[in-house]
Amino acid sequence: MTNNAITVPLYRAAHGRTGDKGNRSNISVIAWHPALYAVLLEQVTEEAVTRHFAHRRPSAVRRYLLPQLGAMNFVLDDVLDGGVNDALNLDTHGKALSYWLLDLPVRIPTALQPLLAGDDHDVLITT
Amino acid sequence: MTTPTPAPLFIGCAAGFSGDRVDAAGPVVDTLIARLAERGGSACLIFETLAERTLALAQLRRRADPQAGYEPLLELMLRPVLARCLQHGIRIVSNFGAANPRAAAQLIQRMARELGLPTPRIAVIHGDDLSAPTQRALLRTHLGEQVDAIRIASANAYIGAEPIAAALRAGAQIVVAGRVADPSLALGPALAHYGWRSDDWDALAGATMAGHLLECGAQVCGGYFADPGYKDVLDLAQVGFPVAEIDAHGGCIISKAEGTGGLVNLASVKEQLLYEVHDPAAYLTPDVVADISAAELEPLGPNRVALRGVRGHARTGTLKVNVCHEGGWLAEGEISYAGPRAEARARLAAEVLRQRLPAHTLRVDLIGALSVMGDDSGALLQATPASTARDVRLRVATACAERAQAEQLTREVTALYTCGPAGGGGVRTALTPRLNTLSGLVPREAVPVGFELLEAA
Repeated sequence: MTNNAITVPLYRAAHGRTGDKGNRSNISVIAWHPALYAVLLEQVTEEAVTRHFAHRRPSAVRRYLLPQLGAMNFVLDDVLDGGVNDALNLDTHGKALSYWLLDLPVRIPTALQPLLAGDDHDVLITT
Repeated sequence: MTTPTPAPLFIGCAAGFSGDRVDAAGPVVDTLIARLAERGGSACLIFETLAERTLALAQLRRRADPQAGYEPLLELMLRPVLARCLQHGIRIVSNFGAANPRAAAQLIQRMARELGLPTPRIAVIHGDDLSAPTQRALLRTHLGEQVDAIRIASANAYIGAEPIAAALRAGAQIVVAGRVADPSLALGPALAHYGWRSDDWDALAGATMAGHLLECGAQVCGGYFADPGYKDVLDLAQVGFPVAEIDAHGGCIISKAEGTGGLVNLASVKEQLLYEVHDPAAYLTPDVVADISAAELEPLGPNRVALRGVRGHARTGTLKVNVCHEGGWLAEGEISYAGPRAEARARLAAEVLRQRLPAHTLRVDLIGALSVMGDDSGALLQATPASTARDVRLRVATACAERAQAEQLTREVTALYTCGPAGGGGVRTALTPRLNTLSGLVPREAVPVGFELLEAA
């Protein structure tokens, strides 16, 4: 079998930040390289993000694309238990949520492996 | 024949929230002074110090003391730079007036006198505060009859840049506002400097997004960004605050104060550009609908990034209103378990609390194992098997209408010392009044805004 792809956490291919307004969270996913952006477009979809945040029961997840920035912006409705003044969470803003999304496993062609950030050994699966 | 290049406008931001660093402004002001010396033009220093909860707390302070209700750190933030700003013609624009802009302006006037400075011309913006009983009918019409059933702490419209621009055009050296939309703090000076038409949507949108990049202070300069091994930031402890150069078409170059730590690069600017944005083609402010869907960033050199290609569309006919109202009590309690089977003992303690408080809805966190990633209902915690974490702090929280009910939780957490699992220590409890938020839209024309110049004391 040939090694043609590796599975890594999203944080090796992209960075991001969470913002909040009311009970809505937005999470940017910004590819470290345009070639990685093309791969993420296929995999970091509204469906994938909805599944990844299932425990927060989002009422809607929308993805907006900013190709010239190599970025996508996810908007997750009703995931903050009411938002900054209502939630019982210590992190009422949901500021940590970008790091929840950045743990999403993504499959990256081995040819693009040199473009990944971080530790070369930080790989979930090699196939 | 070429059109002469208009004199540039430099805007520095020295605070991104209430509670930001009080020593941030010095290097920003030094940088603005240096830019003015090199390039001429105008300069402005902004402080953004308001958030939903901040304003409600300010309103409650004002009720207790009619001279209070502005940003508590105002004097600490402004005093170190007030003389240099006035001496170098750097205007100051801020929402640090919070619930009492007039009292904030009076404080600044006293500060100037104490510093031996000529009396500055200070403008006070009005129109955002909708908490007076006479405005209840407006809130009822647009937010519903629910406003009659709540105890209102604060009600404010997010107003725009025009009264700021008008105050600056009238010669104000310092503009003190309450609930102005954050990016409007930068658009106001840009409108006054370049004299754009109020429907020059592309220019308004460009300067609005410059304000958006500035409004969170260090967040565009490597603050809230560092992640060792992935996003390394040099000298984070001395992270600088941002300075933007806004051009005659609303484009901007973002940089940071000289002699500070941190960084301004494509990655830091992209993160902040999308921060708290929903649809990138329709970022709504009181001034314009900004569209960054085709915007571009270009690195120009060390710590210098240009933002171009922001488009604008006509602003909406409404203004956002936030009403903060009293929402009962938040009760919290924490206790630590460490060593062998720490998480098992913390989970048992949570089970004890559930059985002792059947009428309370408890949120449970196992700090050190699973906490902030979880939801209030505990779905993630229930789905996650116990780990072998050896240092776990149990946190429980509940919301109660009545204080007595909230105190039951803090008493039960304290009782875990002797009645709970083995080895629990470090109990802390807290009771906090809760504020809840109600949001809606009101017609723009129902919120008359303006400014007045503070008379010399």
